[in-house]
Amino acid sequence: MTSQSSAVEPRQRRPLRLAEIFLLILALAGGVGGFAMVGLSIRGELPDQFWFRSGLLGATALVAHIVLRLRAPWADQVILPVVVLLSGIGMSMIWRLEISGSVGMAPANVAGSMQASLVGVVIAFALLWILKDHRWLRRYTYTAMVVGLVAIVLPLIPGLGREINGARIWVFIGNYSLQPAEFAKIALAVFFAGYLVTNRDTLALAGPKILGLQLPRLRDLGPIILVWIVSLAVLVLQQDLGTSLLFFGLFVAMLYQATSRSSWIVLGMTLFGAGAITAARAFPHFQARIDVWLHPFEPQYYDREFGSSYQIVQGLFSMANGGMFGTGWGEGRPFQIPFAFSDYIYAALGEELGLTGLTVIVLSYLLLVQRGLKAALSVRDGFGKLLAGGLAFAMALQVFVVIGGITRIIPLTGLTLPFMAQGGSSLLANWIVVALMLRISDSARRPSDLPVRGQVAAGAPAPEPEPILVGSPGSDGGTPVDGTPAAGTNLPRRRIADRAPDDTGGSSAPTEHIGTEGPPEHRPEHRGGERS
Amino acid sequence: MSELTFTLLRLGYLVLLWVFVLSAVAVLRRDLSLRSARSRKRSDDGGAAAPAPAAAAASPPPPRSSGPSKLVVTAGPLGGTTLPLSTSSILIGRAPSCTLVLDDDYSSSRHARIFPQGDQWYVEDLGSTNGTFIGDQQVTSPIPLAPGVGVQIGRSVVELQR
Repeated sequence: MTSQSSAVEPRQRRPLRLAEIFLLILALAGGVGGFAMVGLSIRGELPDQFWFRSGLLGATALVAHIVLRLRAPWADQVILPVVVLLSGIGMSMIWRLEISGSVGMAPANVAGSMQASLVGVVIAFALLWILKDHRWLRRYTYTAMVVGLVAIVLPLIPGLGREINGARIWVFIGNYSLQPAEFAKIALAVFFAGYLVTNRDTLALAGPKILGLQLPRLRDLGPIILVWIVSLAVLVLQQDLGTSLLFFGLFVAMLYQATSRSSWIVLGMTLFGAGAITAARAFPHFQARIDVWLHPFEPQYYDREFGSSYQIVQGLFSMANGGMFGTGWGEGRPFQIPFAFSDYIYAALGEELGLTGLTVIVLSYLLLVQRGLKAALSVRDGFGKLLAGGLAFAMALQVFVVIGGITRIIPLTGLTLPFMAQGGSSLLANWIVVALMLRISDSARRPSDLPVRGQVAAGAPAPEPEPILVGSPGSDGGTPVDGTPAAGTNLPRRRIADRAPDDTGGSSAPTEHIGTEGPPEHRPEHRGGERS
Repeated sequence: MSELTFTLLRLGYLVLLWVFVLSAVAVLRRDLSLRSARSRKRSDDGGAAAPAPAAAAASPPPPRSSGPSKLVVTAGPLGGTTLPLSTSSILIGRAPSCTLVLDDDYSSSRHARIFPQGDQWYVEDLGSTNGTFIGDQQVTSPIPLAPGVGVQIGRSVVELQR
């Protein structure tokens, strides 16, 4: 229950973010060291543009750090360095593949990757600058839903979408290609958070209980059925198992987070399993994937022309060649894996950094996800909790799907490793996710605004507070979040609000957490002000 | 570049990566320990912030040195939560503005208040729907609360402890 003390003293100084500086230096050393070693081992000298690119990386990190200091001084100090390290390692590997000169690696383009990252950073930190409070996003709950669904459907529109390597997930606008699903992920997380904060009570508490599982009522199932259909449509029409799994997993996880009913997980897994099995039966594309996953070394699968297990096998050989400590930057042969710069960057890194390096990468993702979940735990409003938890879970799921596919835990699907793989959409979208996480963690760790409210209450007559009927499900959706301290709403509620019927068992906030309400010493003032 | 240099660089790079991860973990741990140190400090400061700011900087305020020092939730969804006591009252309920926000369907938004007066802590019901109970007895007016006595608020039970 550390959240109890997270309210800290209101007079506390703004944090200096020294830990972040320290970690950033280490992270930059990782990225720049990667650049340098790639050049030294392949060309025997520092690569062209080494100084320019290292400087750019450093400058970007510095600017990001300064923006955080100015705009989100309490934001988590580990998130940014971790992302910088992952980006640095990813770029080093893309660079390494680019200058390997191998034919298959022709599309590897570190300049493009850096450009996309840079645009991502600019957008993310502009968002962080503009968006002072994540709860502002809640107003766009249904807009986000529309945006998300449109983004999912976009690649299916003839002329706009295009099929590449069997998956129809791309949109081409002029010379630029986009994977709208990456952005849909964020939009849907916003929508789910807003929707569930409003409706979680009905989802959690109404409905029959069967076999110890609290099942939801049939009519409350509407949205989950809708999302299930959409994710299946993605699966069938775009032939993209990864994205479909990501959306559906995100929704089920957020439902669970909102209602703490394990029945949703059982239900969700059953539905997804049924859908996936049916799809596997119905579409040869999936059946091929599964065969390749289960028997990659069988000659009949390895040698076949379409959907062969060549990539999986090369990835496995690559990681095996890396062994414990890897071959070192530039010494392995990761360019033999198809798409080593995007989908298979994990295996390529496995060859050159070994298990030791891969562990660092997985741990870095773990840290990132943990910080996201921590922000979700300690932030004080339900929307922020759900959003941070959902985004962190989506990140975790994406990493699992990618790494699981490469290491043959699950069938291979076409998702990209956040921050590392080459791919503009993914980089952009994940930087936005980071901005949202930072924003939420800032409001989670910010000392509560109690002194301000204390002054209001003690001074002039308190402005008319809306009677917030906490406890009645109808009003639950509208205002309760705004009543949290950081919103600066006037604390002393009218007594009428307290006397409102509590409809026992009706309204609950399963994920609301215990009070991180600030220093108790201010409370008497409040009450005094209220009475006067 | 010689084989040896390269091997050293290669291993050095891995060491660097691990130093990063371990430092990050250390930052997280420091975060935790800072928090708890701070909250301990705050429970001390809580006393100092009252009438005589300079009087008790280091030690907890005298009246409470013998009295209860914390409020513990002994049953209910938040079971195990403790709250350090200071000289101010503790508001308990479901509203996010309460000092102890209960995640309990059966408690009111502002359910009860536990406050000190003189050397004694009192519990007062704030017009809750389901009432506040000590044992079988409903709390209708502020009554003194001794340490170790459970107060039933919704499905939760809280008590003062030394």
